[in-house]
Amino acid sequence: MSVLEIKNLHVNVETDQGTREILRGVDLVINEGEIHAIMGPNGSGKSTLAYTIAGHPKYTVVDGEILLDGENVLEMSVDERARAGLFLAMQYPVEIPGVTVTNFLRTAKTAIDGEAPAIRTWLKDVRGAMSNLKMDQAFAERNVNEGFSGGEKKRNEILQLELLKPKFAVLDETDSGLDVDALKIVSEGVNRAHQTTGLGILLITHYTRILRYIKPDFVHVFVAGRIAEQGGPELADRLEEEGYDRYQVAESAVVEAAAE
Amino acid sequence: MTAPQQSTAMPTAEQHGIRAHSDGAGAVVPVQTRSERFCSADVADFAPVNGREHEWKLSPVATFADLTGGELDGSRTPVESVEAEGVSVSWIGRDDVRIGTAGLPEDRGSANAWSSFGEAMLIAVTGEEQKTASVTRTALGSAPRAAHTVIEAAPNSRGLVVLRGTGDARLVENVEILVGEGANLTVVSLQEWSDDSVHLASHFARVGRDAKLKHIVVSLGGKVVRLNPSTHLAEQGGDVEALGLYFSDAGQHLEQQVYVHHDAPHTRSRVTYKGALQGEGARTVWIGDVLIGNAAVGTDSYEQNRNLVLTDGTRADSVPNLEIETGDIEGAGHASATGRFDDEQLFYLMARGIREEEARRLVVRGFLTEIVQQIGSPELEEHLIAALEAELQGS
Repeated sequence: MSVLEIKNLHVNVETDQGTREILRGVDLVINEGEIHAIMGPNGSGKSTLAYTIAGHPKYTVVDGEILLDGENVLEMSVDERARAGLFLAMQYPVEIPGVTVTNFLRTAKTAIDGEAPAIRTWLKDVRGAMSNLKMDQAFAERNVNEGFSGGEKKRNEILQLELLKPKFAVLDETDSGLDVDALKIVSEGVNRAHQTTGLGILLITHYTRILRYIKPDFVHVFVAGRIAEQGGPELADRLEEEGYDRYQVAESAVVEAAAE
Repeated sequence: MTAPQQSTAMPTAEQHGIRAHSDGAGAVVPVQTRSERFCSADVADFAPVNGREHEWKLSPVATFADLTGGELDGSRTPVESVEAEGVSVSWIGRDDVRIGTAGLPEDRGSANAWSSFGEAMLIAVTGEEQKTASVTRTALGSAPRAAHTVIEAAPNSRGLVVLRGTGDARLVENVEILVGEGANLTVVSLQEWSDDSVHLASHFARVGRDAKLKHIVVSLGGKVVRLNPSTHLAEQGGDVEALGLYFSDAGQHLEQQVYVHHDAPHTRSRVTYKGALQGEGARTVWIGDVLIGNAAVGTDSYEQNRNLVLTDGTRADSVPNLEIETGDIEGAGHASATGRFDDEQLFYLMARGIREEEARRLVVRGFLTEIVQQIGSPELEEHLIAALEAELQGS
């Protein structure tokens, strides 16, 4: 069984104002098949966690470990991580000029599997996955994310999730900016991938809305770069009612206490 | 976008650079209309090049002063030609009636070549069957040379002519392309010169009634390549498809000033140039002028330039100009965009398991093959795809 372990993770980012510490000791274990929701207010470091797992060069790990089945992920390049079975559904997917969705998907699939997919079954898989996500087949011939609406970009991310079949997927605010219909379609896609491949999911979100459609096994509340509280799905219900204020008051008290 | 300049003054010789002038001098009235630009086959009619003239201001003129101002070797250039049935290559004298019928030099380099060449190479295309012929010039040496070529497609003929340059060259030349009534001609000018080479070329095409020219410029090798194709759609129903593809590496200057003159009713033009830039000092220039004259009712025209910037330290100039003298046209448009392949795009592709070098290749290939696929010669297309791969590996 696969497992993704994050141990005492400290991450800095370079800004114009100098070095800022974003993650301040994150511990998390995700087993294959589990769905973990990470919830937290803006600026709490949720996206930093997502991009650090994927290996974005902007973030510097100063302490701690990320292990995938015991292998040191931090020593892997971005593409090696993807080939090892990690996937990041991005919040703001970028446009890739000159590369069609078809060409991109086939190239990525070939890279991940180490061999080109059999043409006939691959085309069928792509068409099927697109129609499940209610994506027009014409998307296949458009350049990746070029001129896509916000909802189309998110669907395109989930399309890749379904076709590339990773062991673990990090979904970075996949729900943000989606209307309710698009949210349902995208959530169905995530659930479908979860059921068919049994992948582990780290669902990063600001809102509880998506948790009506994707049921987490665990909920972690992220505040000021670390996990402030964790529990089962009931924790999400409580957040829905109370919001994040409780944690932020507690956090500022801690910071003040430390300053004295 | 540049709006047509309004002026009631007739342009005078001084305004066209017969005397020393510059864009920065202030008192000069700009040339009113693209077709009224000064032209002459005699180098003595042009003032020495100082680099501030509108036609030279984006070019590294100091690197080829010998070509615009010095003495040139006008003897026959050695060529290797692969002829086909219906395409012949021969040499004709300066007094041949065809010379000068497609256009005349608009800059001093072109005029210097015109004044200096001894004989012109004639590539004659006849017969209605489609065929492909190629003329390759290899290792022309490092002494400055002039050349003149006439490509003549007989009425109703069809053919594809490839002009290819490899090895060393310091060459300034003129190419006249005469497309007879109803003919369908493709000309591919392929620049694969050595790293130190300099090549300045002016192509003048005249497209006859209901004839079609596909003109493709592919510039990959050479320190400086400046190829300016102009097309005169002189008769009703003429059609030009002007395509370009360039890949500029560190320290390379690739330039093209494209001009299409719609001068008869129901003419059509499509101009599409795409380029990639990679490495410190990689430089490209594209200027696209389209003039839709008074007589050109029913014109259908569109020009576009796209550049893909792959690294820091590059510069792409892109200047589309559209001038319209009649309101009765079908359509006219232009577009220019210079985009960057940046670290976020690279991250996105790599986050899907794609290796860095493959990610770059994917983007560039996708971007440039649109042009390659329109050449119409499978062999040449294959050759170019391989050449582009080599360009990508080269850095």
